[in-house]
Amino acid sequence: MTATAAPPAAPTPPLSDAEPPVRKASRRKRLVPYWLLLPGILWLLIFFVAPLVYQASTSVQTGSLEKGFQVTWHFQTYWDVLQQYYPQFLRSLLYAATATVLCLLIGYPLAYLIAFRAGRWRNLLLVLVIAPFFTSFLIRTLAWKTILADGGPVVSVLNNLHIIDVTSWLGWTTGDRVLATPMAVVCGLTYNFLPFMVLPLYTSLERIDGRLHEAAGDLYARPFTVFRKVTFPLSLPGVVSGTLLTFIPSSGDYVNAELLGSADTKMIGSVIQSQFLRVLDYPAAAALSFILMAVVLGMVTFYIRRAGTEELL
Amino acid sequence: MAATRWIRRNLVVIAGVLTLAYMIVPNVVVMVFSFNKPAGRFNYAWQHFSLDAWKSPCGAAGLCDSLGLSLQIAVWATLAATVLGTMIAFALVRYRFHGRGPVNSLIFLPMAMPEVVMAASLLTLFLNLGAQLGYVTILIAHIMFCLSFVVTAVKARVLSMDPRLEEAARDLYAGPVQTFVRVTLPIAAPGIVAGALLAFALSFDDFIITNFNAGSTVTFPMFVWGSAQRGTPVQINVIGTAMFIIAVALVVGGQLISNRRKKTAATA
Repeated sequence: MTATAAPPAAPTPPLSDAEPPVRKASRRKRLVPYWLLLPGILWLLIFFVAPLVYQASTSVQTGSLEKGFQVTWHFQTYWDVLQQYYPQFLRSLLYAATATVLCLLIGYPLAYLIAFRAGRWRNLLLVLVIAPFFTSFLIRTLAWKTILADGGPVVSVLNNLHIIDVTSWLGWTTGDRVLATPMAVVCGLTYNFLPFMVLPLYTSLERIDGRLHEAAGDLYARPFTVFRKVTFPLSLPGVVSGTLLTFIPSSGDYVNAELLGSADTKMIGSVIQSQFLRVLDYPAAAALSFILMAVVLGMVTFYIRRAGTEELL
Repeated sequence: MAATRWIRRNLVVIAGVLTLAYMIVPNVVVMVFSFNKPAGRFNYAWQHFSLDAWKSPCGAAGLCDSLGLSLQIAVWATLAATVLGTMIAFALVRYRFHGRGPVNSLIFLPMAMPEVVMAASLLTLFLNLGAQLGYVTILIAHIMFCLSFVVTAVKARVLSMDPRLEEAARDLYAGPVQTFVRVTLPIAAPGIVAGALLAFALSFDDFIITNFNAGSTVTFPMFVWGSAQRGTPVQINVIGTAMFIIAVALVVGGQLISNRRKKTAATA
């Protein structure tokens, strides 16, 4: 890799999403976009939208596996599962939010480093960010079992620094253990979704014109002021898409909670999974999954409105 | 103090490198433990060095079958999702038509939904239809969730393409097919390749959606999941390490080739 490896800034797109080129179109040509869309959209309608409708109808059914389920508009199920599983719901949202904030805090410096300070190492660093992806994420999550194990490196360091007393007092760990505690689950979530934060952040940071930093410096802005007033606001699109890409998948995840946690750290994904695949109480499972969808979509919509970057969609 | 000043000036570098370390450490652990000879069924504690697992990567029953199945599904899902997704991306960027808004939302929604919701709803559909869960249902699910990601990747590339290049081709009497094959496709190729690679990685590594819709079929992630309960053969670490090395070699190799091309292009 040579010093010339850094690509020149991409030219401004000649086309904006809002205004496709106007073309004099014959009747036959006007149908072209519909033919292009047809197979893919049909696929999504049949295997994405229709299932949601089926699930909605399942959630208001009553009955049993032996006798069969019937739609009886039994909305009570929603109330029942909410009452029974609200701790898991709250826990999922709390863990996902914590992991998202942690990802932003530790991912930002890395994205900044790659975008502005890496020089000819930039491509190598990018490869290193994506590289962990190549090993199956379940295998990597299992590796955390070794790292966080009782008497393992993390536990002994925390023990020697007497941090584990503090975290135990806060309820993040229990006794001398990290594994099977909230801390382990949040650590796994943060780890697994970190690249989804770093890459969008990097993309939006990389687009920033370096001359803006120089200009701010010429106007006597201190480095931190430059960051606060110039860099960070310009990277907001990356922050928004990064937080969405970490929060949404981690709120429904059950792999980390199952592999690294205990019965006390169960997330809502685990509940949905066991209701569907083990308990076979389909109405309850469908209701749970619908509530999760509504909550996440609601939060995402609200967040996007507040962040004011609707063109992201 | 010079040292504190150095630390303050390089704070970003230090923090970034620490984050990178956090990201790489599990891969290192996977690699190191592929040379372990565990005492029990689980490979979580270091016992002593051994090359056994590397000598028989398929030594664990069912492991290589699941690996082959995952590869097969990933290839088919990638092909289908890339073709369908590229078509949608071109329609969205190049044409103005009724219903662009709803189509955009329909593309966005699968990415804005927790996987477990999609997985569960697809399962209710299959249960209602009385479909046999297995290879076909996994494939259907994978094509479905890869599609949006392909559309997004291809769209980004097509958006930055200058439509005047195609106009120029038409002015030079290239037919629509010729224009597409000789001009449009080569320029859009990086986006399409990026979308395809993403689809392959997503499909190959997917667990949650597969877990719901696989029935008794075992893909590689399902195998790993099951082994976390029954006992983890060292071969899992061997496969993980091999995947890591092969992928990094491919990326670095591709980088070298494109660098060399740039150099020859610059000197020519």
